[in-house]
Amino acid sequence: MSELVVGLEVPSRGSRLRAACGDFIRRRPLGAIGAAVILLMFAAALTAPLISPYDPVQVHFAAMLAPPSAEHWLGTDSFGRDVLSRLIYGSQTALIVGFGASLLGATIGALIGVASAYFGGRIDLLLQRFMDVLLSFPLIILALALVAILGNSIPNLIVAIMIPMVPRCALVIRSSALSIREMPYVDAARAAGFTHSRIILRHMLPNVMATYLVMLTAFLGQAILLEASLSFLGLGVQEPLPAWGLMLRGAAVEFAETAPWMAIFPGVAISLAVFAFNLFGDSLRDALDPRLRTQ
Amino acid sequence: MSAVVAKAAEAPETNPAQKLLEVRDLVMHFRVGHGLFGPPGLVRAVDGVSFSLARGETLGLVGESGCGKTTTGRCVLQLENPTAGEVIFEGRNLVGMEQAQLRKLRNRIQVIFQDPYSSLNPRMTVGQIIAEPIAVHGLERDPSAREERVRGLLVRVGLLPQHAHRYPHELSGGQRQRVGVARALAMQPSLIICDEPVSALDVSIQAQIINLLDELQADFGLSYLFVAHDLAVVRHISDRIAVMYLGKIVELASRRDLYEAPAHPYTRALLSAVPIPDPAMEATRERQVLTGEVPSPLNPPSGCVFHPRCPLAIERCKREAPQLRAVGSAHQAACHLV
Repeated sequence: MSELVVGLEVPSRGSRLRAACGDFIRRRPLGAIGAAVILLMFAAALTAPLISPYDPVQVHFAAMLAPPSAEHWLGTDSFGRDVLSRLIYGSQTALIVGFGASLLGATIGALIGVASAYFGGRIDLLLQRFMDVLLSFPLIILALALVAILGNSIPNLIVAIMIPMVPRCALVIRSSALSIREMPYVDAARAAGFTHSRIILRHMLPNVMATYLVMLTAFLGQAILLEASLSFLGLGVQEPLPAWGLMLRGAAVEFAETAPWMAIFPGVAISLAVFAFNLFGDSLRDALDPRLRTQ
Repeated sequence: MSAVVAKAAEAPETNPAQKLLEVRDLVMHFRVGHGLFGPPGLVRAVDGVSFSLARGETLGLVGESGCGKTTTGRCVLQLENPTAGEVIFEGRNLVGMEQAQLRKLRNRIQVIFQDPYSSLNPRMTVGQIIAEPIAVHGLERDPSAREERVRGLLVRVGLLPQHAHRYPHELSGGQRQRVGVARALAMQPSLIICDEPVSALDVSIQAQIINLLDELQADFGLSYLFVAHDLAVVRHISDRIAVMYLGKIVELASRRDLYEAPAHPYTRALLSAVPIPDPAMEATRERQVLTGEVPSPLNPPSGCVFHPRCPLAIERCKREAPQLRAVGSAHQAACHLV
């Protein structure tokens, strides 16, 4: 009976989380760098009014197209607006749209994927064919069409970016849910007389969490890129709202040679954000995959 | 009593209150290979199985892998939808019953699975796993009383109340199987399907779990349908034993009759394969080794499904499938030669 008594001291959730974070930083330095950039972005978005040197929409005709200097660290644009301040405020737009779209897309996709795997048969077939139809449209074309139909407010932009993500997530989650479906604990839940929704939400969904998180981080980078692309094409965020893609649009065409800072810095911000989310997502996937976990 | 089962139509059960479960002509066929390539096939996993189970009784279900014993258990649990046949539990036929109605009855038939590692949800604590069905079935609506009940169940199956806060991966195999038993008990069932509940455990732990199941049966008046391939374990726990071969019951007898006077040649071969833990006796032991493999349930042999491997087979066995018939007072076998 001694097997029953050993090791009853339960480590607290907090200390376990701290240990896991320390482990992540040591084993996956690239992922940690990604996480650091993401945190920096969050900090910038949250404290934007405090840390921006200028009002991002304030026009200064006296300081139009000023190169980077002590006064305007990253220069000004063709309306004399401070590029740094617009970059900082632009991180808000990027994060709102990025998180909104990828959270919604991954969650709806995960629900469809798990339900599809759980019910199987005809429901599975119907849902999967519908996902295939959505999947057959290229990401940007579908988002473009949706924005054109819905109009370009931020909530519409989120919906437009979210919809192409749903089938991608549903496919991946379905395949992991299919193996969960065959687990005896799901049979036990059915034998206990639980409802379908309880089995899906309480017994299957938590067990595809790792896949879900990886999809979510992968989508975050894509969503930010997609938002920038749509804004660049004039279908996303509208002036004078600060957004990175929009800053590029204004800058790249006319001022690429005369005022390159206008295009370079928002471009760097977009690349850095997408790169950071991808690095973090890859490392998270590896860290959550028990087969890749070295003991 | 078991003689009644075969002739259920002519001689109805005299005391139906005693009979908890009755399975009649259960058939479970699975369609396979209906893709682009190859002709579609039909796996006859369970092919006309009938038996009954009284309150407080244990029926052992033995046979080689793939003989359909687990599928039979799953059909009784209504985890599979049988192709044909009836599963009459407490007087009601579960096959084809409406989902909502079946859901309410589900707590009366519970299950203990073979693999204690995959039968517990890794994302839930032991306490949550045991409390969930109690809450869902409204067996105890007050949360603190429910917690008390969970602690009581944990103690009853030989764990500590503190184990309620642990996750399954923090427990050993034997401890997890005890959690599985506690989860089944939590729903206050009258029948528990034990699907090889000890074959994934160490021998020393096996004995503990078997003894626990024995005690619980005495305390709560449970009935067990005990699916296993280990003949020693089945002999210890069962009142009656059904031997399955290729989706059919070939022999059904009381424990004593089956082990001391096996009638069917397959049962005799199975029993003769059990080694005797005494080298001198083992050396002189008479063994009857079956030749060949179990045929595929995709394409079962004609007549008696056992005839290609049977040492006694005669011409009639190839043509005519034997029916299960009485060979003693509580002893049935499906063989032309007994």
